[in-house]
Amino acid sequence: MKPVTQVVSPALLLLDANIDTDQIIPARFLRKPRSSGYHHYLLYDARYDMQGQPRSSSPIPESQEGAKIVLAGHNIGCGSSREGAVYAFVDYSIQVIISTKIADIFRNNAIRNGLLPIMLDQAQFDTLVAYCQTHPHADLTVDLQACEIRWETDSCLAFEIDDGSRERLLKGIDDIQSTLEWEQKIDVFAKHYLAERPWVVPGST
Amino acid sequence: MNQPHLTLFEKIWRQHVIASAGEFDLLWVDRHFVHEGSFHAFDKLDSSGRPLAYPELTIGIADHYVPSNLARLNDDPEVAGMIRLLEDNTARHQLTYLGLGHGDRGIVHVAAPELGLTLPGLIIVCGDSHTTTHGAFGALAMGIGATEVAHVLATQTLWQRRPKTMRIHVDGKLGAGVTAKDLALHIIHQIGTGGATGHAVEYTGPAVAALSMDARMTLCNMTIEAGARVGMVAPDDTTYAWLRDAPQAPKAEGLAQAERHWRTLYSDPEAHYDKAVTVDASAVAPRITWGTSPEQSIAVDEPFSPNDSEATRSSLDYMGLSVDRPILGLAIDQVFIGSCTNSRLSDLRDAARILDGGTVKVPTLIVAGSNRVKAQAEAEGLAEIFRTAGARWGESGCSMCVAMNGDSVAPGQRCASTSNRNFPGRQGPGARTHLMSPAMAAAAALNGTIVDVRQFAAGANA
Repeated sequence: MKPVTQVVSPALLLLDANIDTDQIIPARFLRKPRSSGYHHYLLYDARYDMQGQPRSSSPIPESQEGAKIVLAGHNIGCGSSREGAVYAFVDYSIQVIISTKIADIFRNNAIRNGLLPIMLDQAQFDTLVAYCQTHPHADLTVDLQACEIRWETDSCLAFEIDDGSRERLLKGIDDIQSTLEWEQKIDVFAKHYLAERPWVVPGST
Repeated sequence: MNQPHLTLFEKIWRQHVIASAGEFDLLWVDRHFVHEGSFHAFDKLDSSGRPLAYPELTIGIADHYVPSNLARLNDDPEVAGMIRLLEDNTARHQLTYLGLGHGDRGIVHVAAPELGLTLPGLIIVCGDSHTTTHGAFGALAMGIGATEVAHVLATQTLWQRRPKTMRIHVDGKLGAGVTAKDLALHIIHQIGTGGATGHAVEYTGPAVAALSMDARMTLCNMTIEAGARVGMVAPDDTTYAWLRDAPQAPKAEGLAQAERHWRTLYSDPEAHYDKAVTVDASAVAPRITWGTSPEQSIAVDEPFSPNDSEATRSSLDYMGLSVDRPILGLAIDQVFIGSCTNSRLSDLRDAARILDGGTVKVPTLIVAGSNRVKAQAEAEGLAEIFRTAGARWGESGCSMCVAMNGDSVAPGQRCASTSNRNFPGRQGPGARTHLMSPAMAAAAALNGTIVDVRQFAAGANA
């Protein structure tokens, strides 16, 4: 997983509330292999009409124009657990999602794929949105080391993120590899646990 | 030192913690279900070079892509390929696999509980958000993403931050013709689609205790639509009665031992919840969604007057509705009765009671949640009632709820559906979904319009 430390880019605004993962990537694309990229499918039905032609009302540019940060409406990523929704953002080169609420499973998937989820309170969020609306091409700097979002020369707001999520993102930790360090503890736990509760294993009694 | 007062959720969580690092706990996972969508995770496992840690605790079930007409399996090679991929992955890792021809196959969240694979006190995970369903048995069950699925395959564990706790207490009694689906839509309307985000929900109160296991599963299933990954009900005699009949649940001495443990699984009277909500069951009416979020619903007998907001306008626009057009009496184009929310035997019985002797006015697809439910529905004559009424009776699976198997709603068509999500495009691009209970959907099928099932039942088939 690619580490996230500092991201500098303009922001893309997706301000509707409750953008669910079915909208982020419609179910019919989930069978596609990851190898050719999931960016084609990001917000597909809002980007393209039934004939596959780009819609003039598309919420995002047809081809990526350099934004790596998304400011998203309340409760982004609700609904289905499909990790494809995170792949679609990541393959579209998005590294940071900022919202007032980010759905639990989507957030979990994000921190395992190098997509930094940031939750702000409404006033902080509104400040950022107002700035980006009046300065659509201006850069924001998201600094995960300092837990700060900065813009212009002197504007800055602090955000909070738990240490475990921060470390996973900063170091690009692969959970499977890092859990190997705990293997002995897992084995000891499993042995005791299954001896105490043999009925947990299907067909054991 | 005094014992701490713990909730049901906290008891189960604590029993599964292997280690902690920062705010993350490393949890032991008792049960893991994989389906066709788990192929990304098998790819990740294979590229990690690790073997599957505990094959006896993972079960593969085909559900998302199973066509409702099996004869058409090969019409779409990509769909057939997805099922084959699961077959190959489960065979290679020597997992129990319930595939196309298997009599126990069904939607994971219907088949596993009826087989007794879902037990109180277990941590259960699956790469599907409706894993909340299994919480009906007092299990701690949650949906996870593909990277987490791969981690469980490789280690039988999961790193998680402990969510906060929330109690939803349901007082009183549900009225006649009002179901767990209506209660779920009522709660989501009350607290909002993000109202339980970051929390594990426990349902308590007399109205919850009175629910059957089927109904508890419907309620817990919809918990994710309020934002919570976990929704649970403490196990009781209703739960134990179900488990005694379930073929793969513990038997004999194993059952006695298990039951001793299960009887310790309840929230202590003085346990603290981070959030608490009370709902009056007697105030719940049959509900229908009108918008594109499960929180946008009304009681069927309530005047339609949504708040004027941008979200409302955009939902109404997508749904082809306006505030001066009431929901009651609205013409529909088709009906779907099925999904992990409402495809169990009691749901099909509810639908059959309404459809018996009538003829549907719009195309109606009825899909059992599992092959066991399907066989039972055929044995007791429900399937015959559906066919005689002109409905299509499909092979069990997720079907038109998620529109991955070839069953979908065409652009602009209005579908009365017993599923769980009315998101834009959920049942197909441009599809318009109205969520409701099986009886309400059946009544809509006979009328071609949205009706109040309570009045319908009194008059129509008398």
